[in-house]
Amino acid sequence: MDLRFTPEELAFREEVRTFIRENLPADTRDRMKLGHPPRKEDTIRWQRILNAKGWAALSWPKEWGGPGWTAIQKMIFLEENLMAPAPELLSFNITMLGPVLIQFGTEVQKKRFLPRAANLDDWWCQGFSEPGAGSDLASLKTAAKLDGDHYVVNGQKIWTSTAHNADWCFLLVRTDPNARKRQEGISFLLVDMKTPGITVRPIISIDGSHHLNEVFFDDVKVPVEMRVHTENKGWDVAKFLLGNERTGIARLGKSRERVNAAVEMAREVNFGGKPLIQDQTFRQRVAQMQVDMKALEITQYRVVSAFDKSKGAGKPDPLSSVLKVKGTELLQATTELTVDVAGPLATPIWAQELEALNEPDDMMEAGSAGTASYLMLRAASIYGGTNEIQKNILTKAVLGL
Amino acid sequence: MDFEPSDDQRLLVESVTRMLSDNYSFAQRKGYMALPEGYSPAVWSQFAELGLLGLPFAEEYGGFGGSAQEVMLVMQAFGRVLVLEPYFPTVVLAGTAVNTAGSAAQKQAILPAIAEGSLKMAFAHSERQARYDLTDVVTTAKRNGSGWVLDGSKTVVSHGEAADKIVVSARTSGDRYDADGITLFLVDATASGVARRGYLSRDDTRAADISLSNVAVTEADVLGEVGKGLPIIQRVIEAGIAATAGETVGAMEAMNEMTLEYSKTRVQFGNPIGSYQVVQHRLADMFMAQEQGRSMAMLATMSVDNADDAERRHDFALAKVGVGQAGRYVSQSAVQMHGGIGMTEEYAVGHYFRRCMVIERLFGDPAYYLQRLANEIR
Repeated sequence: MDLRFTPEELAFREEVRTFIRENLPADTRDRMKLGHPPRKEDTIRWQRILNAKGWAALSWPKEWGGPGWTAIQKMIFLEENLMAPAPELLSFNITMLGPVLIQFGTEVQKKRFLPRAANLDDWWCQGFSEPGAGSDLASLKTAAKLDGDHYVVNGQKIWTSTAHNADWCFLLVRTDPNARKRQEGISFLLVDMKTPGITVRPIISIDGSHHLNEVFFDDVKVPVEMRVHTENKGWDVAKFLLGNERTGIARLGKSRERVNAAVEMAREVNFGGKPLIQDQTFRQRVAQMQVDMKALEITQYRVVSAFDKSKGAGKPDPLSSVLKVKGTELLQATTELTVDVAGPLATPIWAQELEALNEPDDMMEAGSAGTASYLMLRAASIYGGTNEIQKNILTKAVLGL
Repeated sequence: MDFEPSDDQRLLVESVTRMLSDNYSFAQRKGYMALPEGYSPAVWSQFAELGLLGLPFAEEYGGFGGSAQEVMLVMQAFGRVLVLEPYFPTVVLAGTAVNTAGSAAQKQAILPAIAEGSLKMAFAHSERQARYDLTDVVTTAKRNGSGWVLDGSKTVVSHGEAADKIVVSARTSGDRYDADGITLFLVDATASGVARRGYLSRDDTRAADISLSNVAVTEADVLGEVGKGLPIIQRVIEAGIAATAGETVGAMEAMNEMTLEYSKTRVQFGNPIGSYQVVQHRLADMFMAQEQGRSMAMLATMSVDNADDAERRHDFALAKVGVGQAGRYVSQSAVQMHGGIGMTEEYAVGHYFRRCMVIERLFGDPAYYLQRLANEIR
């Protein structure tokens, strides 16, 4: 047992921090410091900078451009990247599609898609959820019928994040409607979003942003060589992918960065004739978050360190459900903090009207951006398996009920 | 970073667990409570035989050269069965005081005796008026020739009656609340002027109020430097926080196991209550609290030897809040999930609840440490 970082790990953290400081474009950093999410072009530009350094394909093997890091190094990188604050690597490409292709893909699929995914030449989206298949994903209905050398896909996906930005989609479809178990008739397809018959309709979220979409498939032809793994074995692929999604899910660096930003803001705003930072109730609230963040940080390192020890051979650690639940609760609590600090300045929408009206006003902009995050991050306990589903997972995996 | 116990640590846990499973069923424990000492002297001897009483001391003093990690693991095992013996005040509190501040002669006189099981100790710092304020010491020690004379009183001293020797803090200079001027003394429990009034604490262990009236000690009984006792007291308390954090983790494990087992066997509305999702999710929440608490216990343990004072104090405050809140959540939930039976004295879960409640307010409760953390924010 040695609960400290090794000198090598500390040096690695310094190396990552320095690289990010020296290479993160200033306009991206400044926007994100105010609490805005990265724009599409911010995400692409930063991922390409990281990829050029060999740091984008985090957990991929070296032969496919991975950095060859331990899970602890990977976690250090993710935390530093979030705290910078810098755009996150596109998870659809890096933590979902990449590992899936490396595990299940053909050589042709790997060669064609992996380098482009690492460099964000292709923006991928995830076609999983349907109107009738949310937490109960295996009840999905979007159908794919084999017709010669291609599948014909008909149906609808929903809550498809960034489908409007996407060049490609990895899609779960039903290839055998008569399978004895629902999980046995599902296949995993790679679909070019430019294929005729695909319609993307925006869903505007409560923060006013266009992040989610409905995606309609109307006689969409998908070549059979775009199927990953065996026909009707797509559920295995999906399970593998969802297991992978867990590792960085706590996004603790984001919470830390948000708390730091809120504390900065609290120096500037007034509370009873004094800066809010001097208010004991506020300070105690921040202190409680420090406690929760520290507990989560150590639990997180316990999970990744166990992963390194097992060489990643074991099944997904049920503790990662703890990371998901506690991590998203913290994310939500930290954005609530920002909104409460901003007070009345949290209510205006930072858009063209307001930008035109005001002199540059960081407080108003940060307050508004904070509210946008607060609203958007209500989704954090819903996506990636709702927090209620995580508790079901714990119930089965840990408690054996 | 490496969170796995070493092979030696694993063996230690195995042997402690084996000994406790032979000697510490809930029924056996009840028997120990009924003994005059309020614990089992026979079990105490077994602790000595296993080397637990010298665990954190250097080999030259009859110890095993263990660290805070080994102490945490042992305390975790103790927490699982709610050990009653005065291990914590003797080995962890007084042991740390002597280990940290003692002269070679004092170490030689005390540590081997603790290790072989012939010397039990207590740590008497808290006073009636002080609540959690470490500098609130009004017990005095005045020069008397080459020695000192102690006057004052100490309260809720864990196992104060059982102790053969007591580490006592007293003011040698300055005023109430002054950080300087507190000195630690080694006082024989049977010395003239020492009066102990014992009572039962909520956690089934015994505690005592100790009054000191004209108690004479020699220069050789001064532990550490005169007037410089506070930093030693802080290190003692930190060792105590780390140890009881481990104990809380053990208690949480036991409560969660008990509650899970109960949820599988207790049938209502035709099904085991564990088949209902509302109960399952509460159990999942309890498991999460246990694991977050375990992480915080690890933080406390790894902080014991941190030489950076500010960082160490900060991390201990974080850990104390985190473990305290986790213990409170798990124990309250465990009673709730058991329903009526959880409210009874004859059932174990309430005893775990009460031990967690006592630990939570040992050396400061979560509100106290949260306030301390809040004061760091500027």
